[in-house]
Amino acid sequence: MIFKEADLKRNYKAIVLGGSAGSFQVMIKILSKIPKEFPLPIIICSHRLKHIRSGFVEALCLKSNKTVEEPLDKDAIKRGKVYLAPSNYHLNVEIGNTFSLSTEEMVNNSRPAIDLTFETAAYVYKEKLIGILLTGANKDGAKGMKRVAELGGLTLVQEPTECVIDTMPKAALAIAKIDYTLKTDDIISFLMQLQAGKEVV
Amino acid sequence: MITVLDLSIAELRKITEVVKEKYSYDFSNYAASSFKRRILRIMELKRISLEQLIEQILKNQFTRDTFLHEITVNVTEMYRDPSFWKTLRMQIPEMLSNRDKLRIWHAGCSSGEEVYSMLILLKELNVLDRVEIIASDIDTSILQKAKEGKISNKNMELNISNYQRSNGLNDFNNYFTIEKDNSVFSKTLLSSVSFREIDLVKAIPFTKCDIILCRNVLIYFNQILQNNVLKLFSDCMFMGGYLVIGAKESIAWCDVASKFTTINLEEKIYKKTKD
Ligand SMILES: C[S@@+](CC[C@H](N)C(=O)[O-])C[C@H]1O[C@@H](n2cnc3c(N)ncnc32)[C@H](O)[C@@H]1O
Repeated sequence: MIFKEADLKRNYKAIVLGGSAGSFQVMIKILSKIPKEFPLPIIICSHRLKHIRSGFVEALCLKSNKTVEEPLDKDAIKRGKVYLAPSNYHLNVEIGNTFSLSTEEMVNNSRPAIDLTFETAAYVYKEKLIGILLTGANKDGAKGMKRVAELGGLTLVQEPTECVIDTMPKAALAIAKIDYTLKTDDIISFLMQLQAGKEVV
Repeated sequence: MITVLDLSIAELRKITEVVKEKYSYDFSNYAASSFKRRILRIMELKRISLEQLIEQILKNQFTRDTFLHEITVNVTEMYRDPSFWKTLRMQIPEMLSNRDKLRIWHAGCSSGEEVYSMLILLKELNVLDRVEIIASDIDTSILQKAKEGKISNKNMELNISNYQRSNGLNDFNNYFTIEKDNSVFSKTLLSSVSFREIDLVKAIPFTKCDIILCRNVLIYFNQILQNNVLKLFSDCMFMGGYLVIGAKESIAWCDVASKFTTINLEEKIYKKTKD
C-alpha cells in the first residue's frame, strides 16, 4: 500500500481510534505492533459493557507495548500515551489539550460514544488529527469521522471485507470523506511510516 | 452537503456573556466541550440560530429556569457505581462512630436518585434518625422532580440491578409505590431531606457537614471552577468529615488537596484531616 507523502509528513498531534464489535482484537494488534516510543497520543473510544469498570484496560495493557490508561477528568493529554474512554462516560477532548468527561445522554445507544470523542478531538486538533474507525455493529463514529474530515484531519477506516461486522466503517464511508480504506496490517504500516511517529519523544 | 452545526470560541463567549448579564449565572468556567454541546442542543431542538437564541434570551422569551434545565446534564441513576455504595455501606458506621448526628450534603443531586440511594442505605443501617440530609442543585425544575420522588418505570430495571450489586438488603420495590408509568419513592424516607437551590459557582460556606457528596458535577467545570468548588467543600466540612466525588474525578491537583487524606482511591472517598 502506497500512502501520499503529504499524509505521512503532516505534523499530527493526536490519533483517535474507534470501534465496537470485533474491534478489541484489532486494537490489540495495532497496539502490539507500534513501538513503545510511538510519540502521538492515541485516544481510544470503544463500546464497552457498562458495569465492567475495569478489565478491558488491563487486557489492552497486557498485550500491547504501551500502557493504556483510562483518563480522569481534566487529565492532560500527553505525547506517547494511550487513553481509553472509561465505561459509562463520554470522553471529550478539551481546548488546552486536556480531557473532559461527561455523563450526558447516550449517543447512538452508546456511552462512551465515538462520535463525541472524534468531534471534540477534531474541533481541537483540526488537520493535525488522524481518525481511525474499525469494525463495529452500529453507526457510531460515522458523524465523528465526517467532522474529522471536514476540519481537515486524515481519515482511515478498516477495510469492510476484513471486519467482523462492517456496519461502522460502511456508515462512515457513506457520509464522510475517507482518505484510506485499509486492512489492519496496512493501518499499522501507515502508523509506522508516519513522520510524526518517528520523532524522538 | 449539510455541514454539522458548530460554534466558535468567540460565539461561546458571547452567549456566556449574555446569560451572565440576563440571568446572573456565570458559565464561563464550565468545561467548554460539553457547554458547547448543550448550546448546540438547544439550537437544534428549537431549530434556531445562536443569534436567535441570544435574542430570545434578551427578550425574555426564554426563561431562566428553562435555560438552566437545558444547559445542565441531569442524567443520573440510583446506586451509580454499585461498588462505591457497597464501600459506603461498610464505612458509614465508622463515619458515625464519634458523632451523635451526621449532616450529609448532596451537591448537584439532579433528579434525586443519589439521595434516594443514600436514604435507603441509611434506613437499612438503622441510622436514618441520626442523619440530616441537604440536597441541592442549580436546576430548579430538576430539584422539583427530586422532591416528588418520581422515577420513570423504564429506569427501574437499572436501579434495581445497581441496588443488588451494591449489596442492598431488602426487596427494592418496598421503597416505592407504582403510579402508572412511575415508581414513587417513599414519602416517609424523603421527609428527612431538605432540598435547596444552590449554585456552586456563587455559593459561599453556609453550614458544616460531615459528608459531602458531589459526584459527576465537577466534570462539567474547568479546573479553575473545580478548584473554587473544592475549596468551598473544604470550608463547609467539619474536621474529620468526608468528601466523595465521582469515580473519574480527581482532587489531586487542587489547592485544598493537602487538607485531605485518601480513604479509598478507587471509590474517591477522602477525609479532611487538616485545617
Ligand atoms: C450528572 S448530574 C449528577 C447527579 C448525581 N450526583 C450523580 O452522580 O448521578 C450533574 C448535576 O449537576 C448540576 N449542576 C451543574 N452545575 C451546577 C452548579 N453550578 N451548581 C449546582 N449544581 C450544578 C446539574 O444541574 C446536574 O443536575
